[in-house]
Amino acid sequence: MGLKEEIPVLSVKHLKKKIKKKWIINDISFDIYEGQIFGFLGPNGSGKTTTIRMLVDLISPTEGSIHVCGKNVQTEHDEALKHVGCIVENPELYTYLTGWENLEHFAAMLPNISQQRIQEVVEIVGMDQRIHDKVKTYSLGMRQRLGIAQALLGKPKLLILDEPTNGLDPQGIKELRIFIRNLAKEGLSLFISSHLLSEIQLMCDRVAIIRKGEVIAVGNVDELLEQSSSTVLWGVSPVEQGKKILQSFQSIELTQLDDFEFETVTSSNIVPTLMNVEDIPLVNEQMVKAGIQVTNIEVRKPSLEDMFLTLTEGERID
Amino acid sequence: MIKIYPLVRNEVLKIWKKRRFIVIVLILAVLIPIFTYAQLRVALNVQKQMGTEDWRIVVQQQIQDYENRVGSPRMQEEWKRWYTVEIQRLQLHLDQNIDPNSPNGVTFTNQFVANSVGLFLPLLVLVIAADLVSGEHSAGTLKLLLTRPIKRWKILLSKYIALTIYVSITVLLLAIMSYLISGIVFGFNGWMQPVLTGFEVIGSDLNLNNINSIPQWQFLVMELGLAWFSSLVVACLAMMISVLVRSIAAGMGIMLATLIAGTILTNMVSSWENAKYFFMVNLQTVSYLSGSVPPIEGLTLSFSLINLSVWALLSIFVSFVVFMKRDILN
Repeated sequence: MGLKEEIPVLSVKHLKKKIKKKWIINDISFDIYEGQIFGFLGPNGSGKTTTIRMLVDLISPTEGSIHVCGKNVQTEHDEALKHVGCIVENPELYTYLTGWENLEHFAAMLPNISQQRIQEVVEIVGMDQRIHDKVKTYSLGMRQRLGIAQALLGKPKLLILDEPTNGLDPQGIKELRIFIRNLAKEGLSLFISSHLLSEIQLMCDRVAIIRKGEVIAVGNVDELLEQSSSTVLWGVSPVEQGKKILQSFQSIELTQLDDFEFETVTSSNIVPTLMNVEDIPLVNEQMVKAGIQVTNIEVRKPSLEDMFLTLTEGERID
Repeated sequence: MIKIYPLVRNEVLKIWKKRRFIVIVLILAVLIPIFTYAQLRVALNVQKQMGTEDWRIVVQQQIQDYENRVGSPRMQEEWKRWYTVEIQRLQLHLDQNIDPNSPNGVTFTNQFVANSVGLFLPLLVLVIAADLVSGEHSAGTLKLLLTRPIKRWKILLSKYIALTIYVSITVLLLAIMSYLISGIVFGFNGWMQPVLTGFEVIGSDLNLNNINSIPQWQFLVMELGLAWFSSLVVACLAMMISVLVRSIAAGMGIMLATLIAGTILTNMVSSWENAKYFFMVNLQTVSYLSGSVPPIEGLTLSFSLINLSVWALLSIFVSFVVFMKRDILN
């Protein structure tokens, strides 16, 4: 399969949306290929849900285009959405029907779904026990699972999940992560929106970070993280002289640890810095030359969350 | 690609599972016995006034009286016609040995349908129609419906078809239940009993030249047809409100207010002729059959039917355009 030939499962080009004379979405573009897990990150109110609604033709874009497997979502609604399973916001199903009746309801709206297929998705999400109970008796986690079962019914190529971890307990989140990984292994592409970044980091291959309706960063999780500098904790004694040496480097920035991280630091002569990891040997050499004892060099990998905060914090100031 | 049938089945199932239809059955099961009892009291009262007199003698006297009037030279020509037909009708009563003043299951049903068509039946229709779209909207399930590989117009159409099915069953059920319940008290016969119809409204006068008597079953069929049509129009309008207004309570309020305004208007606006273009004063199509003078000058059966059709078609048009174009924002 040549790179040139591969059609993205989801291709979004220059998407814009104006609601009541206000641009809610301002030029969003990205592609998702087969088997990829794509994270869509942004703070609340950044336009995540509006974008998702456009992806599934609940809202029509003011400008730009969305293609699913090469089919335009607006003009070829049936052909495009045939390949899409989705949960938009909460998994809202018919509470007065049983889980099974809900699945039958949505199966009737797809071409050629057999009873076996319904049974299959019930087993995939592990709901055989309670499937014939009314949905109003389900917990949020079970509704979430039923929502995923519903989305998987038509064997979609693209699964869109909006804040899938909402309302799940840590065990549920872990299960969901494994579940999503397995789906991707089978060739399904996933589009996952979230404002909880640590989860996305563990789940996704690629991410787009959006802010005020614009993509501010898009790429592989690892690549994005490499671009930002790591936190390095220096254990030096005496502390004041060590700090002076660290400050003499232009590329090193002294920083503060937040409260949560601070608790994990036991020694009082720890100096946290933001710096490039490659510079560590050079700095170490200087320390030794100046007769300063280096007791600890600890590299803390930046999390997506740190990066996200630095990227979005600039925003709040202006 | 997807046929409309599975979609209609979905919608029919959802209305059923929401237990809306059971509510209608319960309303009917509670109210019809009450109306039947009221009718019974009226019948007993009449009987008391008549004393122990044989009804056959009373009717024969009445026929005699009418014949005298027809013979009188001062009688207007069109009233002569009315009396002649009325004599025939009473004679038929005598022939079939049915007391014209005693109620039976069929007369009760006829009256009940005629009285229900303006407000009661539309309210029953509202029980089903009011939240068909707005209910899915507020529950959030509309998002799931519209993200299927099915065009929006098909989804709305399936809702319209399911609604039509339920409205038809409701009208039938109203007739069947009122016949069965009242029949227990008044007896189940009366199908062949004659009724006068064929009145024509000219200006504010009744034209009696074409009146004739038909058996009651035929009258009932005509009545049910008209009641069904009026109910469908109300259903279409309720559907439009359900598409336009997201709040179920607000939608219900709008429809109720409009329908009740109709009954108020019919009592008030006999001199405001343009009021006849409102759909709600046209709903009582059944009253044309039994020859009551319309509340507003210019109302005739055909005017009302055309007027209602135009309202229904307009509402369907608006519903589809809005439903197909609208952004689903929440």
